[in-house]
Amino acid sequence: MSPIYSVRDNTLENRLFLERIIAAFLVIILLTIALTVRLVYLQIVGHEHYSSMAKSNSVKIVPLTPTRGIIYDTKGRVLAENTASYSLELIPEQIEDLDDTLAKLQVLLAIPNEKIEQFQKTRKRQKRFVSSSLLLNMNDEELAKFAVVRPYFPGVDIHTQMVRNYPYADLTAHVIGYVGRINEAEIKTLPISEYRGSTHIGKLGIESSYETVLHGKTGYAEIETNVQARSLNTLNEVNPEPGANLYLTLDIELQKIAYDALENFNGAVVAIDIKTGGVLTFVSRPGFDPNPFVVGISNEAYQALQSSDNQPLYNRALRGLYPPGSTFKPFVALAGLENEVINGQQKLFCPGYYQLPGVPHKYRDWRKGGHGSVNLHEAITQSCDVYFYRLAASLGIDNIYNFIKKFGFGEKTGIDLDGEKPGLLPSRDWKAKQKNRAWYPGETLITGIGQGYLQVTPLQLATATATLANHGNVVTPFLVEKMVAAHETKPGPEVHKGVIPLKADNINQIINAMVGVIHSERGTAKSIGHNIPYQIAGKTGTAQVFNIKQNAKYNEHDIDFKLRDHALFISFAPADNPMIAVAVIAENGGHGGSVAAPIAAKVIKHYLKDFHLEQP
Amino acid sequence: MKTESRPEHFGPPSLLGSLLRRLHIDIPLFLALLLAALLSLVILYSAGSQETDILLRQGARMGLAFGLMAVLAHINPNQFKRYSAILFGMGIFLLLAVLLMGQIGKGAQRWLDLGFFRFQPSEMIKITTPMMVAWFVADQPLPPKLGQLLIASLLILLPTLLIAVQPDLGTAILVASSGAGVLFFAGLSWRIMLSIMVILASLTPILWHFMRGYQRDRVLTFLNPEADPLGRGYHIIQSKIAIGSGGIYGKGWLNSTQSELDFLPESSTDFIFAVFAEEFGLIGCVGLLVLYLLIIARCLYIASQAQDTYSRLLASSLGFTFFVYVFVNIGMVVGVLPVVGVPLPLISYGGTSIVTLLAGFGILMSIHTHKKRL
Repeated sequence: MSPIYSVRDNTLENRLFLERIIAAFLVIILLTIALTVRLVYLQIVGHEHYSSMAKSNSVKIVPLTPTRGIIYDTKGRVLAENTASYSLELIPEQIEDLDDTLAKLQVLLAIPNEKIEQFQKTRKRQKRFVSSSLLLNMNDEELAKFAVVRPYFPGVDIHTQMVRNYPYADLTAHVIGYVGRINEAEIKTLPISEYRGSTHIGKLGIESSYETVLHGKTGYAEIETNVQARSLNTLNEVNPEPGANLYLTLDIELQKIAYDALENFNGAVVAIDIKTGGVLTFVSRPGFDPNPFVVGISNEAYQALQSSDNQPLYNRALRGLYPPGSTFKPFVALAGLENEVINGQQKLFCPGYYQLPGVPHKYRDWRKGGHGSVNLHEAITQSCDVYFYRLAASLGIDNIYNFIKKFGFGEKTGIDLDGEKPGLLPSRDWKAKQKNRAWYPGETLITGIGQGYLQVTPLQLATATATLANHGNVVTPFLVEKMVAAHETKPGPEVHKGVIPLKADNINQIINAMVGVIHSERGTAKSIGHNIPYQIAGKTGTAQVFNIKQNAKYNEHDIDFKLRDHALFISFAPADNPMIAVAVIAENGGHGGSVAAPIAAKVIKHYLKDFHLEQP
Repeated sequence: MKTESRPEHFGPPSLLGSLLRRLHIDIPLFLALLLAALLSLVILYSAGSQETDILLRQGARMGLAFGLMAVLAHINPNQFKRYSAILFGMGIFLLLAVLLMGQIGKGAQRWLDLGFFRFQPSEMIKITTPMMVAWFVADQPLPPKLGQLLIASLLILLPTLLIAVQPDLGTAILVASSGAGVLFFAGLSWRIMLSIMVILASLTPILWHFMRGYQRDRVLTFLNPEADPLGRGYHIIQSKIAIGSGGIYGKGWLNSTQSELDFLPESSTDFIFAVFAEEFGLIGCVGLLVLYLLIIARCLYIASQAQDTYSRLLASSLGFTFFVYVFVNIGMVVGVLPVVGVPLPLISYGGTSIVTLLAGFGILMSIHTHKKRL
């Protein structure tokens, strides 16, 4: 027998359903009556009140848009400003023969047919006394031509509006970002009263991160209108509050030097003021011209930018992920000293390769014959891979991860720019979670020389270098130094300050070795150390773009440019009193010492020139 | 026993009438919908600054929508039942696709761009959710057991949440009520309904915590519109002025000053009822409400005459959801409910809502005109 509950009782179901239909209909009737009661309340009881409000409603509230804050560099040079843009506006109601006027204007100003059609379309959507624009962004010639004949064209006039302009274009695109037209999705989430009169909003970079500060507060005017909605006079005005002006820590002159120094390489240069954390240069090359984005970039132009091989829209300094290569070695060395796995004097023999016990694979040194017998100092100045394979093996991945994490690798630096990438500092846990595999000893070795899963951004590399130079006092990068509004001046973002406890002797050994990279006979970047009254500390790096096979030899002339190694360099100066930290990545640059180091040197020399440092 | 299953077909036969019958069109419902559509064009002409472009565009959409209705009316309701689960699954898949694409594109996204036209999966789910719940519940004897109710609640919650995070609160409410409607008509006990309401009420503070800034603003504005006359409160204040100044008889067609002066935002979409109330007064409003009631009554009648559980539940839920549409929109415009983006059904300007609505009525007609003679 089937259980009793599975038997369908049709009459019971029918009755239940009919009951529900009736109940639903009753509820619907009741709610409809409730709406009717509300309508009676509004339309009969409140009729007089609302009628008088409708009449006095000839007072229209018009938003007054605030001027957007200006962005300056650290020396007060303008990086983002508002410039006047002129448009030709027609008020159809005041024009006797619109078609004739349009024809005359078309001849006078050589207006293409599409613009006339566009104008006709917008005009039809609006009331006759509202003005519509025929030409946007008029140039001087057009302005002059029209100014002469203006008396003959009643109802046609030139309007001025403010348009955001970025005078340094490509140079600052990846720092300042740009503003663009507010889109549908943004309208939904924006505070509607604040943006009632605004057409643009920050989309990227500082313009986006500091949108609320830059935008200002919208005011409004109460304007009396007649029955046809024509404005008669202004009754009351609440002025808008202009957006705050931003002063950046960025030095545009230094920015230009860094940008030009990269020459034809794609890459990034980040320089940080070690004492404050203020970012001095923030270069991602190639840049792009942000100005077309403000007025609305054409689809073809945008597609061209997007599909370019050099990826100009890609913010390499903030979001580019690279293996740090040998620039990672000073941090690993410090981990070794702090964990007391090595002492600086101890010598190791480098035969040109390293093997894990019981594994045939040879982990090779970049120098084929090896470096011979080296101590820590020599291992850093000559960038001996074998030394660091052995150091990494004795440290183990857990010690490496736990110590190096403190320098900010694998997490966002917290700079006041949106969209930063955290990079990747691999650990046993990370691999178990992401790859579902155990950690292999060989992976520890290649982590020790800055390869493998490791991924860092140029910004992270500069920040970590600054922290190292600062003897473990954590440096947090930021761009905005102060925000100057009408009534108050506020400082930039609050920066977090921590301290990594380090033994003075250990950090000094590392810094000395990094000085040796530039100022010793066998240093990998000795070419940049001449004729300066102070010492630079640094470390070169070369990051593999692709893996070469076991017995094959890497020959940079034989392979495609795009597959050539990335050249890296981290540095700070003066070594005894560090002021500036610089990280350079030149994509496919080949060698850190010959390509990346001179770029950093140019930035350092220019910056320190102003401080008149004495010969040591 | 032989009974005539279409009593409304008695009367003098006419050529048009017999054609419509052959097309499986339910004449009373069709006439009421046609009346509403014409009314919509009349109001749009006034609300949209007397622009013929708007009328042509909306007219074309209506034509498309009525066409879809006729096609769906032609399909046997058993087919709807058979494909309920598949259609629902597709809807959920598309919602997820939209959500993912939105996340890639950084920002709210409701559209799926299919190249030649843009498709809003949340519209499709308005119909497939009640189909799915009805299909699931109709499988077992009614009223549904507790376990079934739990599963059915999940079936409703899934699309509702996916739409709520888009974020589109209005549509989420409609989808939830279309599913809940099915459960109500399936005989969900009053005691459970009461306890659900108590739980929901006590969840309000938690919901508040998860709301986005602008959604909170809307609720606050609803509670005190005068506090923000330039922002959200502006809508409600202007809409009340428009309705109230209309009085009993209204100012007459094309004489709405509020929309004419651009004081009333969204006057041809979500706030079109305010224009209507200003121009046609209380009498017009009551007339419109009566027209809506007639449509709903016809839907519920069709449901009561339906021959199987699935058809019954689906038909009644579609009718009920139509009322929720009306109530949420008018309630918002007259200032008794918070502002959520729900258009006035059949009247507001816009393509997606009218197509979905008439698709629903097409299904109702299919249910009513494909009955087996007993």
